[in-house]
Amino acid sequence: MTTSTSLAYLIALPLAGAVILLLAGRKADKWGHLLATALSASSFGVGIYQLTQMLAREPEERAFSQKLFSWISVGTFNVDAGLLLDQLSICFVLLITGVGTLIHIYSISYMSHDPDRRRFFAYLNLFIAAMLLLVLGDSYLNLYVGWEGVGLASYLLIGFWNQKPAYATASKKAFVMNRIGDMGLSFAIMIAFATLGTVSFSGVKEASETASTAALTGIGIMLLVAAAGKSAQFPLQAWLGDAMAGPTPVSALIHAATMVTAGVYLITRSNFIFDAAPTAQLLVVIVGAITLTFGALVGTAKDDIKKALAASTMSQIGYMILAAGLGPAGYAFAIMHLLTHGFFKAGMFLGAGSVMHGMNDQVNMRRYGALRKFMPITFATFGLGYLAIIGVPPFAGFYSKDAIIETAFNAGGLKGILLGSTALLGAAITAFYMTRVMVLTFTSPERWEEDQHPHESPFLMWLPMAVLAVGSVTTGYLFTRGDGLVHWLEPVFGEHGEHEEFLPAIVVSGMAITAVIIGVAIALIKYQFSDVDAEAPENVTEFTRIARRDLFQDSFNESIFMRPGQVLTRFFVKVDDSVVDGTVRLVGRTALSAGSELRKTQTGFARSYAALILIGAVVLIAAIWVVTQ
Amino acid sequence: MNALSTMMLLPILGTLLLAVIPSDQVLRIKQAALATTLLVAISGVLTWFNFNAADTSFQFVQSVAWIPSFGINYAVGVDGLSLVLILMSVLLAPIVVLAGWKESEGGRWSAKVFYMLILVLETMMIGVFAATDVFLFYVIFEAMLIPVYFLIGGYGTGDRAAAAVKFLLYSLFGGLLMLASIIGLYVISGANGGHTFDINKLSELHNYMSPTTQNLLFLGFFIAFAIKAPLWPLHTWLPDAASSATPGTSVLLLGVLDKVGTFGMIRFCLTLFPDASKTFTPIIITLAVISIIYGAFLAIGATDIKRLIAYTSISHFGFITMGIFAMTTQGHSGATLYMFNHGFSTAALFIVAGWMAARRGSSTIADFGGLQRVTPVMAWSFFIAGMSSLALPGLSSFVSEFLVLVGTFTRYPVAAVIATFGIVLAALYILIPVQKALHGPTTPGNENLPDLNLREKIAIAPVMAIIIVLGFYPSPLLNVINPASAHVLEVQGFTDPTPAEGADK
Repeated sequence: MTTSTSLAYLIALPLAGAVILLLAGRKADKWGHLLATALSASSFGVGIYQLTQMLAREPEERAFSQKLFSWISVGTFNVDAGLLLDQLSICFVLLITGVGTLIHIYSISYMSHDPDRRRFFAYLNLFIAAMLLLVLGDSYLNLYVGWEGVGLASYLLIGFWNQKPAYATASKKAFVMNRIGDMGLSFAIMIAFATLGTVSFSGVKEASETASTAALTGIGIMLLVAAAGKSAQFPLQAWLGDAMAGPTPVSALIHAATMVTAGVYLITRSNFIFDAAPTAQLLVVIVGAITLTFGALVGTAKDDIKKALAASTMSQIGYMILAAGLGPAGYAFAIMHLLTHGFFKAGMFLGAGSVMHGMNDQVNMRRYGALRKFMPITFATFGLGYLAIIGVPPFAGFYSKDAIIETAFNAGGLKGILLGSTALLGAAITAFYMTRVMVLTFTSPERWEEDQHPHESPFLMWLPMAVLAVGSVTTGYLFTRGDGLVHWLEPVFGEHGEHEEFLPAIVVSGMAITAVIIGVAIALIKYQFSDVDAEAPENVTEFTRIARRDLFQDSFNESIFMRPGQVLTRFFVKVDDSVVDGTVRLVGRTALSAGSELRKTQTGFARSYAALILIGAVVLIAAIWVVTQ
Repeated sequence: MNALSTMMLLPILGTLLLAVIPSDQVLRIKQAALATTLLVAISGVLTWFNFNAADTSFQFVQSVAWIPSFGINYAVGVDGLSLVLILMSVLLAPIVVLAGWKESEGGRWSAKVFYMLILVLETMMIGVFAATDVFLFYVIFEAMLIPVYFLIGGYGTGDRAAAAVKFLLYSLFGGLLMLASIIGLYVISGANGGHTFDINKLSELHNYMSPTTQNLLFLGFFIAFAIKAPLWPLHTWLPDAASSATPGTSVLLLGVLDKVGTFGMIRFCLTLFPDASKTFTPIIITLAVISIIYGAFLAIGATDIKRLIAYTSISHFGFITMGIFAMTTQGHSGATLYMFNHGFSTAALFIVAGWMAARRGSSTIADFGGLQRVTPVMAWSFFIAGMSSLALPGLSSFVSEFLVLVGTFTRYPVAAVIATFGIVLAALYILIPVQKALHGPTTPGNENLPDLNLREKIAIAPVMAIIIVLGFYPSPLLNVINPASAHVLEVQGFTDPTPAEGADK
């Protein structure tokens, strides 16, 4: 592996931005956002430079490492502060800094009226730095620092407007649910150290070749728990919808394009573990399949544009996790969908922000309509993202999603049929709910509240949307041309093992396109060609009612964890007071009533005890004298 | 002159200086106290740099006969373990003085007495870690109660007298048990090579003890330390004492004095009674895990910010005790590092909570609201301290907590797994007060609270710096701690479990 001395700059630049902006305080209000944007862009520049360095080398020599210093070293537990840039992490580096910089630019305008814009940019830079550390760390423990670092940034940004109690609660919920996932990561690291004796990626990879399936399965399952927490996968998905409390650029960057995809990174990075642990791998596909369906169903019932997009994110990451669980045949497609999704979903979130910007922060799509005329650029860029996500050829999502559906079918046997059908069904539902979003927002008749004057967003906002829209159109083609991305990633994931074809590729594509057409058609009939209520109708099917309540995810968490937890807390508080301390008080009282005079004057009592120490010392010496005679 | 004795002497000289300053010159008194603690801190840092980490025997040794007829010496010396704790103590002292500039006001006695008590306590804090004579240790261990008792009872808030008495009774009870064990040791030493209180000589004695004797003597020490630390179910004095004491006193109480308990477990319980330590390890690990979870739940349920911090400490001391008795290098070094880090993260929490309470006139969490927008610097300080308490990676506590967990996992996986659930509970017990006090709308009574002034910023800045720097670069401490931990385990006859996986596939 080639050593490099410039990897640390990737992280150091945005980190410096965060520190400067937070320490400078109000003084930085005038220039803080510009500095933060410039630093994020410089980090992107370093990323491009690294890419050129990689391209100049043979595929096997493209990985760079940098050891900064010895971080923790006790006995055989040795962890360096070390960075690793390979074909996998460079994909993330460019996505994080590229999309990140675009979102910085967008936010300059979007947040321009917020008195705390400087703090917002500080958090954004902090996020970029932590996310880069997550994908550049060369061991599970280094990854852990970035992993919780992005959790912290996410917490701060979800709660950016935490003066609203509901937003403060949402940020806390996200942090706590993420911590449950983090616990999984802790366990994985502990098992790795106890059984393999190392926690670095290279060390674990080497040890995994001879390790027992039991140990690898344990590590794999715990990594899956971690991934579920961070990537809002079943059963740790409930925080993502609430996370939409954060400003919309945050939803685009953190809760769509980058942080929530960290789970996919973790699983694909650990490919050597899952390849040798079939049970863990099976659980990965199950979690992916459940979540892609779950998110899609929730997405059909949401009237809040951001929550509909959040449900969609959950579902799309479900596709990625599903692909990652399919082994060497799926890893590269998981990353491809992650990258294309990064473009089209971030673009749509920024589009949603643009719509909110023009509609007095209204998020209820039942109060939108006909915005196509008033916001043509937003309509066009959002529309391109829409075509990409539902998988219309030749837009980006078609390539990446089609590859996943195909690979799922090719998994073979009943498993293949079940997974493939789920992915197909998900595609149909995706087409339905995304068409619904499109129609309700842009093409159906207007249902605005009074005093709405929708207008197109300023240049600084639509420019990033336009760039992302270009990505939504082109990236799928670019990545698949000559199997470029698949080959690029081969040094990391190993030979791209193709399964036997279950159905000819053209048939699968045909089925996928049919599914999309069905989904779009139903949505058009229901929303474009029928009247839409400005208020959410009450007399809906039982299914809609359940979907509106996120398939009871919160009720489930409340009854299984929260309420028992509260009961347990009250129980402990009571026990501590009445039983534990009660016993102590009882003993104390008994002792005191033996000498009731002392009880009256507590200070006098204590002074006597001070004297008692002296007496004690005398007794000690006397005792020693006696026993030594 | 001996470095340790100098450090112990300086605060005594400071006390004498305070004695001659008239009581009404409060500012002079404070300045003299601050100057003294700073001087001690500097000599502590110099001692740190003169220490040879590779050498595992006691350094800066001095021994003077004190009561020759009983073989009692004034004997001091430090190894990596005690040096780390002394450094922590002497760094915390000036911070406590500066942060609690107005703490002495409203006390039963004058500011002069307050700072004299603090300085006397500082001498004892150094001495208790430096003592290599068991009798000297015992005397300081007990004598420390006196200044703390008066600091709580004389300058605290609320039901300070009752809290002070409770603290004293608990400690004395433990002290008496330890005294009995010390007498026992002394007697046995007489029968085996001559009467002594020297820790090095006493550590050979276990070869001559029956298992029962060793177990009983072990318990005498252990219960005393478990009360100090405090370990469940001997903890109920701590919340009362910590919430009644002034914030500065609480910092010294939670940050330094409680460490005497976990320090004693390593220095005395393990060294003097290795076999008994093994016998009791399963019970102690169990109690430690209960402390971790129990303390966390009580912190979640706490309504008073000071009590909340005290409960988090019970949870943290559970981690430290678990790490010690896991008997692995990671657990041991982690536990020692944890002691150091906990001193600063708890200091930060308590100092800021103290400022909040002093401004608001209440320490009930529900009385605060929306402070982030009224007093941003104070709110940020509390938040970072809280993040350190929940062991966020990148901050110092993460390194020590993870070392304890991973070091415990290799030998006691079940205990480590249960303890790891503590990290979710920690997120709750920190974020709940953060949400209630710092977030949300600014509630009545909080609108006009002043933010930190320059003195307060200067006091908290070094604590924050230590928390952050040691999170990324703990090596300076680990380099000193590791040899000492490895030495203790080697003497105990423990080696780290080797990775379970070889070529079994």
